[in-house]
Order: sequence, then C-alpha cells, then structure tokens
Amino acid sequence: MRRYTPKDDVQAKPYYTDRYWVAPQVPKTAVSEDEIFAADLAAIKAKFEVADAYIQVEQMVVYIKPEDNYGVLELLRDELGYTQLSELSAIDWLADKGQFEVFYQMLSMGKRKRLRVKMFIDENQAVNSVEKLFRSADWSEREMFDMFGIKLNNHPFPKRILMPDDWQGWPLRKTYPLQGDEFAAWYEVDKIFGKEARDIIGPELRDPAEVNRYDTTRFARLGYEVPKGTDISGGEQKKGLELQEEGGVFMIEKFHEEKSVIIEDRHR
Amino acid sequence: MAQHQVNFTQDGGLPVALTTIDKVVNWGRSNSLWALTYGLACCGIEMMASGASRYDFDRFGTIFRASPRQSEVMIVAGTLTKKHAEFIRRLYDQMTEPKWVISMGSCANTGGMFNTYATVQGCDRVIPVDLYLPGCAPRPETLQYAVLMLQKKIRREKAIKAQKPKRLL
Repeated sequence: MRRYTPKDDVQAKPYYTDRYWVAPQVPKTAVSEDEIFAADLAAIKAKFEVADAYIQVEQMVVYIKPEDNYGVLELLRDELGYTQLSELSAIDWLADKGQFEVFYQMLSMGKRKRLRVKMFIDENQAVNSVEKLFRSADWSEREMFDMFGIKLNNHPFPKRILMPDDWQGWPLRKTYPLQGDEFAAWYEVDKIFGKEARDIIGPELRDPAEVNRYDTTRFARLGYEVPKGTDISGGEQKKGLELQEEGGVFMIEKFHEEKSVIIEDRHR
Repeated sequence: MAQHQVNFTQDGGLPVALTTIDKVVNWGRSNSLWALTYGLACCGIEMMASGASRYDFDRFGTIFRASPRQSEVMIVAGTLTKKHAEFIRRLYDQMTEPKWVISMGSCANTGGMFNTYATVQGCDRVIPVDLYLPGCAPRPETLQYAVLMLQKKIRREKAIKAQKPKRLL
C-alpha cells in the first residue's frame, strides 16, 4: 500500500510528484508455456541475441540488442507472420538507468498473437529506422524523436511532428516540466512580438480556476452586470438579460415574447 | 406638377427616417457581423450548431465566412496551441478594420484545463479580445448572447472618428 497523503491541494500542485514509485508488476510466465511463442522465440534466438523473454498478459516480450532491431522486425514480418506494427515509442528510464527503452508492438493476424520487441538505448544513441519495413513507423518514429529526442538512422523525413519545428526541448522526458521551461512559457510572445514584449505582456497566469466574483474589472455575472470597476461586495441589482438597449435600436424591431406564437404540434 | 402636401418629418409621411451618421454606420456594422470560421476544438461544434438551422445565426446577420478578409469578427472557438499562435495572429492581421474578437470557451479564455507546456494560456496573449465567453463548451444560446452583447458594444462606438486600430502592444 502506498503511504496516505492528503489530496486536498492536489489541484494546486503543478504536477504529480511521486514519480519514483514503482508500480506492481503483472505476473510474468515462461515462454515455454505457449507453443506458438516458444517457436517464435526459438526462431529469433537462432539469428539474434536475446537478453530476456517472457509472457505477460498473453503477450510475449522479447529484449534484443538495439543494433538488431531492423533484422528482428524483418524476421518477424517475413518469416513469423507478424505483419503489423501497431505501436512504437519509448519509455524514459534516464533517472534510473540512464537509458531509454524503445518498444515495438507487433500483431499477427494469422496467429492471433501480439508480441512486443524491446531494447535499451543510451541517451544519445541513434536507432535504426524500421520505416522501410512498416510504413506506420514513419510518423511513430518522428513522434519518438519529437517527444524524446531519440535520433533515427535512415529515416526519410526526420523532423518534428507534433511540436513546432523551432521548438527546444523534449516534452515527454521525465525531466521536462509539465508547464514548460522558460522557452515554452514565452514561446508565442518571443515568436510573434519579440523578446522585448515580455515585460508588457507578462508571464502566463497558470491558475485557470481562479475566479473572484467581486473583481468587476475582470468578471461580470450574467444578468447582474455593473459598470467596470464597481464595488459589488454589498450585492448587486438583478438586471436580467438585456439583448438590446433600453430604448430599442434604430431600424431593428424588438422581439416581443407575448406577440410570438409557440407551435405545440410539431407535425402540423 | 403635383402639389403634394407631405410632412416629411411626420411619422408615416414618407419612408424617411432622421438619424445620425454614427447610428447608420453602427446599424450596418452591428447587424452584419460576418464571422470567421475558426473552430479549433470542441467549441467549434457548438459554433457550427449556432450557425445551423435550429439556432440560426443568419437572423442576426452573422454569416460564417471562410476568409479573414471578408470577416468582421473572429470567434476563437477552442484550444489555442503554441504551435498555432502565430497563425491566429496572422489571420487576425489579415482581417480588415474594424474587427472584433470573441474568445469562446475556457480554453480560449485562459487555457482552461490544458495547464501544460503546449497550450497558450489565453488567446489574449496574442490578439486583443473584445468579449470573453465562459463555458466548456458554451451552449449556442450563450454564443448568440455574446454576439448580441458585441452588437451592443459596437453601437456604443463612434463610427466616424478616425478609428484607432486595435493593437495588443
């Protein structure tokens, strides 16, 4: 059980801080328990070095060396029937191990099996692109580069995909603050108006839930509007919703509710 | 030659109305607020519903245009990301004066629930806003009320005086 901490001010905190808590693992079983996976693993082991392999939630997980990733995925696609690459991304273990964990989630429609190929890479180590094998890897690898800064060998278009091209920093790394670093905080101001406008526009207001209903310079209560800056601590008069000015508008007929007809039978 | 005895100023004499230039110009401006189709997220769906037959924006003279050069009002409907900030500024600059901006929904007002690195915390950091519309997402009635409020605001403005272009800085 995790130690109890009061959750009253959890909204006020910038982000969840208990980041080194290790989640309990789903039980792992040996690969030999599943015939199909055992045959697949034997085929991989015949050609490549496998560091670890197990079955978890009916899916086999295989740890390989990072330089073998193209070869292993080619073997899985052409000989073992894993014809779909459903997902590809990375996990940030830099704080623990100084490494990224890159995973490839494979699907075989013929065998009705899912298999996950995993590998550890160092922080600045480049990964071989598998875009030539699976077209779906194109955008996924670009997203991996965009979010983690993992460089790719032989990728046809190694460019950021979600963040702007001139963005600095890798947002999905654990060291990246959720609300952005200084570059992110001033990005739109610097880009549109220039750095000299920072003092005029001011820093971002990061508490969107803050509403002071007595602050009539910034807020107005619908139906109770008062002129800007009025002191309403003693309560305000109900005005109702005014769709037009008091005396009517030039050349615009006012809508009279009593003159209008409400049709009861919609199928008339 | 006809010798009509018509009192032109009398009510019902002839279709003549006496007024000021300000009122005529503001009548035209406030009742033909063409809006830029600027749906950025789920608020855009509510904005489309406001334009469609059930809520019917056309009866207020608000017609959605697909070009900033034909629009008077920009309804920022949805989350403004930092990547998109320069484009909203560019579209705002392309609109012809006079122009107004309605910031629709929590995300456009303050960044809303997207308290992250990638969202602009309020579109007024980039463009000057005339009207903030609360809600997540605001219902079409609320958007129509906002447009009527904007019409009231426009009718209060001086039309003839040399207009100062709106600038954030």
